[in-house]
Amino acid sequence: MKITNVEALKKIAIDVRKDIIEAVYSAKSGHPGGALSCADILTVLYFNQMNIDENKPNDPNRDRLVLSKGHSAPALYSVLAEKGYFDKELLKTFRKIGSDLQGHPDMKKVLGVDMTTGSLGQGLSAAVGMAIASKIDSAGCRVYCIVGDGEIEEGQIWEALTAASKNKLDNLCVILDNNNLQIDGEIEKVGGMNNLTEKFISFGFNVITVDGHNLDNLIDAFTSAKQTKGKPTIIIAKTVKGKGVSFMENQAGWHGKAPNEEEYNRAIEELNSFIVKN
Amino acid sequence: MNLDKKIATRQSYGEELAKLGEENKDIVVLDADLTTATKTGIFAKKFPDRFINVGIAEQNLMGITAGLSTFGKIPYASTFAVFAAGRAYEQIRNSVAYPKLNVKICATHAGITVGEDGATHQMIEDLSLMRTLPNMTVISTSDDIQTKWAVREISKIDGPVYLRLCRMATPVIYSGIDSFEIGKGVQIGDGTDASIIATGVTVSEALKAQEILKENDINVRIIDMHTIKPIDRDLIVKCAKETKRIITVEDHSIIGGLGSAVCEVLSEDYPTKVERMGIPDCFGRSGKAEELMVYYKIDSKAIVNKVMEKH
Repeated sequence: MKITNVEALKKIAIDVRKDIIEAVYSAKSGHPGGALSCADILTVLYFNQMNIDENKPNDPNRDRLVLSKGHSAPALYSVLAEKGYFDKELLKTFRKIGSDLQGHPDMKKVLGVDMTTGSLGQGLSAAVGMAIASKIDSAGCRVYCIVGDGEIEEGQIWEALTAASKNKLDNLCVILDNNNLQIDGEIEKVGGMNNLTEKFISFGFNVITVDGHNLDNLIDAFTSAKQTKGKPTIIIAKTVKGKGVSFMENQAGWHGKAPNEEEYNRAIEELNSFIVKN
Repeated sequence: MNLDKKIATRQSYGEELAKLGEENKDIVVLDADLTTATKTGIFAKKFPDRFINVGIAEQNLMGITAGLSTFGKIPYASTFAVFAAGRAYEQIRNSVAYPKLNVKICATHAGITVGEDGATHQMIEDLSLMRTLPNMTVISTSDDIQTKWAVREISKIDGPVYLRLCRMATPVIYSGIDSFEIGKGVQIGDGTDASIIATGVTVSEALKAQEILKENDINVRIIDMHTIKPIDRDLIVKCAKETKRIITVEDHSIIGGLGSAVCEVLSEDYPTKVERMGIPDCFGRSGKAEELMVYYKIDSKAIVNKVMEKH
């Protein structure tokens, strides 16, 4: 069932953020920063955009999502749990021995995960393969792929973008989680990736730039992508790493670090007050 | 055995794949700008709608196959062995083998028998790299008939397969009535003086050596070990029990390939001395394929000498 009420979607996004913090805190490891930056994108996709049914997780005609920046697994797991693919309690087993919720998404262990990812740069190629397969079968599936702005320093990404354009994959929508930070600092200083819009246009993409935390804007961008024919779309989603937890926002240090008890309590408190405020 | 008729296993692959494509509509073929050399061009011409040329982008090649397979397609991806198992190793590892996706990696131009192109293109580590991957089935065929069988057989395995093919034309060993089974080596002859365990292009060399040795009253058996993983443990142990010597010969580094696999089995199940013939711990070099086989001592004469030296 699609949720069209934006206020309702916002509430779900807050729950997703709380789930992310819960999972990473329970695991005492993980990547909260990048998970929080793509939480709104994933919420809109799973609750408003994608043609999926949690009761038919293996429906061959469903839309697909590839979280190419696989370290944001807690965000994907949280959205899937909120959507009802599995019990939310399982989020507390994230990264623990015996759990199916691996540190990076494993499609063979978790229902709802469409592609195993984690090694940066690889997911987009798989998404291209899916989009081509859907075209061969005239299945009408849309394929979404979330890539990180640090991740696109991998050369394979540009191979995949070229292939998407050559094959006119208008059923492929790439979302760039553009939070401007990677492990060692600012994207422009570490990897030197710049002029993104020009680069993507020159690679044959329909490029849409949005505020990646504005749900209305995201919905409009996804709708526009669906209407674009003959070429793939990339949505440059301007995001904030750690979004929603004040002390994690825009801090590269929160890329791959779990909160301690005090930080956990503060984070949950902040997110709860956000619900009250709104 | 008449070994006069020659055909390269890459040619057999291309021809059979195009036939299989008629029968199985799930088969999709991918290549990275080498359709003439890998022979996927035969399929491409027949089924342009189920053929994808990704250009010179092997990492992307493996990723796309992974995505296709999640939609129920059976992708056959081809390029040279050095670019498949080498350049795209980590893509195969993480996007194909780990999720156990139904992808067939059919790599041509394996081994030093690539010839004149030299070391950069002579992949002598692929069996080693591929067999260490969980979920991966590794096959290295010796002739036309066996390759055509393998092309079909691997489509029935639900999981990743690495099929190793070669550039040079090699003798047709089998006839259409021979049958094969994945994981079961083929024993040719029952000599007890030595077991020569070979794979790929070295099998016909071993067979030639077997004939020469017979003239000298030395009786060896040849094992065509077409499946490198899962390796035929029972047959290896049986040979160790029944023959005086175990010799392995491969167009591959002596580290990590067939010879190592045989050693692993015997050291655990029936400790036996193993003599490994193959490329020693070095890179290849330019030359004609046949000359290189002599140079690196994996030709029939070298096998004869190896057996004779201790007989």
